[in-house]
Amino acid sequence: MLVKLIDFFRDRLKLVIRLSYVGLALLVVWDVLFVSKEHAHTAVEHIPGFWAVFGFIACVVIIIVSKWYGHLGIMTREDYYDN
Amino acid sequence: MITDFWLHPSLILIVGAFILPFLPKWLKRPYLVIVPTLAFLDVLSMQAQHGNFGMVRFLDWYLTFGRVDALSMVFAYIMTLMCIIGTIYGLHVEEDFQHVAAWLYVAGSLGVIFCGDYMVLFLFWELMAFSSVFLVWFRRRPQSLAVGYRYLLVHTAGGLLLLAGIVLRYQATGGDISFNLLSDAAGSLAGFSSHDLFNVSLPTFLIMLGFILNAAVPPLHAWLPDAYGEATVTGAVFMCAFTTKTAVYALARACAGMDILVVLGVCMALYGVVYAVLENDSRRLLAYHIISQVGYMVAGCGIGTAMAINGAVAHAFAHILYKGLLFMGCGSVLYMTGKSKFTELGGLYKKMPKAFVFTMIGGLSISAFPLFSGFVSKSMIVAAGFEEHIYWAAFLLTLASAGTFLHTGLKVPYFIWFGKNNCSQETWDKAADPPWNMQLAMGIAAFLCIFIGCYTPYLYNMLPNQEEAHHYAQLVYGRYHVSESLQILLFTAVGFFLLIKKLAPEPKISIDLDWFYRMGGRGFLWLAKKPIQWADSCVSEGYRYVGLIPLMTTAGFWSWFDWHAIDGVVDGLAKTVRGVGGLVRRAQSGQLQYNIFFAVSIVAVALVLYVFA
Repeated sequence: MLVKLIDFFRDRLKLVIRLSYVGLALLVVWDVLFVSKEHAHTAVEHIPGFWAVFGFIACVVIIIVSKWYGHLGIMTREDYYDN
Repeated sequence: MITDFWLHPSLILIVGAFILPFLPKWLKRPYLVIVPTLAFLDVLSMQAQHGNFGMVRFLDWYLTFGRVDALSMVFAYIMTLMCIIGTIYGLHVEEDFQHVAAWLYVAGSLGVIFCGDYMVLFLFWELMAFSSVFLVWFRRRPQSLAVGYRYLLVHTAGGLLLLAGIVLRYQATGGDISFNLLSDAAGSLAGFSSHDLFNVSLPTFLIMLGFILNAAVPPLHAWLPDAYGEATVTGAVFMCAFTTKTAVYALARACAGMDILVVLGVCMALYGVVYAVLENDSRRLLAYHIISQVGYMVAGCGIGTAMAINGAVAHAFAHILYKGLLFMGCGSVLYMTGKSKFTELGGLYKKMPKAFVFTMIGGLSISAFPLFSGFVSKSMIVAAGFEEHIYWAAFLLTLASAGTFLHTGLKVPYFIWFGKNNCSQETWDKAADPPWNMQLAMGIAAFLCIFIGCYTPYLYNMLPNQEEAHHYAQLVYGRYHVSESLQILLFTAVGFFLLIKKLAPEPKISIDLDWFYRMGGRGFLWLAKKPIQWADSCVSEGYRYVGLIPLMTTAGFWSWFDWHAIDGVVDGLAKTVRGVGGLVRRAQSGQLQYNIFFAVSIVAVALVLYVFA
């Protein structure tokens, strides 16, 4: 049953992706219009959609910096420690 | 008096472990569930009365085996609970000594949790290291032995640092062995100040080093992915829960408010994330994420306010469950297919759908999705950082939480259960959902992950600082926090799917700081082989000419004397010695790990007899 459900979504992947984008947009709209910022800790958090941008940039930065670091020579062949 | 009766839960596990091998086969499975359950019930029965129990006079000291207070209770609760879950997960394991090692390991953790002084702490600290190493050795791959020895080596070094700190502190304070907040540990609680970073005395610093080695704080962390990636399927489930979280408990108890822990904690949180991007082995990736998550707890201990300590404790509680669940999920893939690398897996959702759902629940919990356990625990530490105006730490920890979702919530499930199918035909044929006991254990852990996230009083009522916990309970599901978390997580997911090509796993390993002792060991070996051996043979050559010839002449005389006079007396003695030697030899297989095992067992038994007899 679980497999069928997953396959159901995979068969309509384009639709799922579009709906996800709509969901993301709604989330930001909800945040801007209906969420009070009185619990914000810092001034920058009052920028509309600040945490959305933060999340996206964080993800991109983590991937790019890590991969750059790994390819400096940190990543090596699997039998590196074998004699 | 009945009210004075106090039973140490470690005792239940230690005695239980030693009875296990002698039980008939049909009794073993029920017994495996009953013993940890008894330990759990024992902990539950302590909730009514806090105080010090199990006080023993030893030489000049009063040792405290049972300090029961809010902080020790919450850790003991979750650790005995995890012991039940982990044992159920390993119920199919037929080899008794795997269970014995696991239980002794948990007993070590509980001993540290309940101890009231550094003597007892050190004893159980070592019991933890020496019993957990068997969970690596029992994997029995060619490399397991070497990994186990490295693990033991690092922990022995850490133990010695701790011991040195304890001894120096004993001397400096004029005989104080009590395990409480180190007086010079608490920095300026009012706010973070960089000039206090190194303002601690040497004993305090050494004790802290011993603790943070077990918490896997970089640069003392490389043992963790090394050992946890190599441990047995069930062993890793135990290891991921106990060593680091016991260290977090020790830090919360003794080092709360040490500013340097904030810096180290934030570095840890990011370090784990970076290495997790590069990792190809699913269990090593999870191990790097332990480092990242324990970073939050270490930072929480460093911030040291009531709210931050609450956060560290709550996060340790939630972490034991969701990390156990993740290791159970990836472990079941390894158990069924024999593979744990992303480049040898993929597309398994059709074959192992239940393992996928359970792992996903663990992934959402560690990522702090609303309604899952991480959401109500992790945020408390970050919020405490904001409240103390340590903005850089709070923002960097938030950044690391995006990385957590990226890997554990997205990368692990995607590249094992979806993504490109890298399975060989053999792997694919073997893949199926794991046996019932593994599913049951995952089900219990998954339920608790969701329960903690949905019903906050369950966890919050156990926290050491109740006032702050009640205050935060009103904020945690506030609109602002939910919106903030959802935005960070969902937009991280957008980034993941946009950059998914960059994240495709590569069949490589990443060099970490264990390079120094792995390659350093080789340098030592070369030194031993080449220059030292050369010097040795020079000396023996010289000795041959200078010493040997006169020696032979004298020896001639003594051999005559020996032959005719002494032998008659000695022969009788020699026969007796040979008889005893033969008996002892049977107990010694010549393999160091068995010798250690016997030694640890004997020490544990002697300890139990001494303390409780």
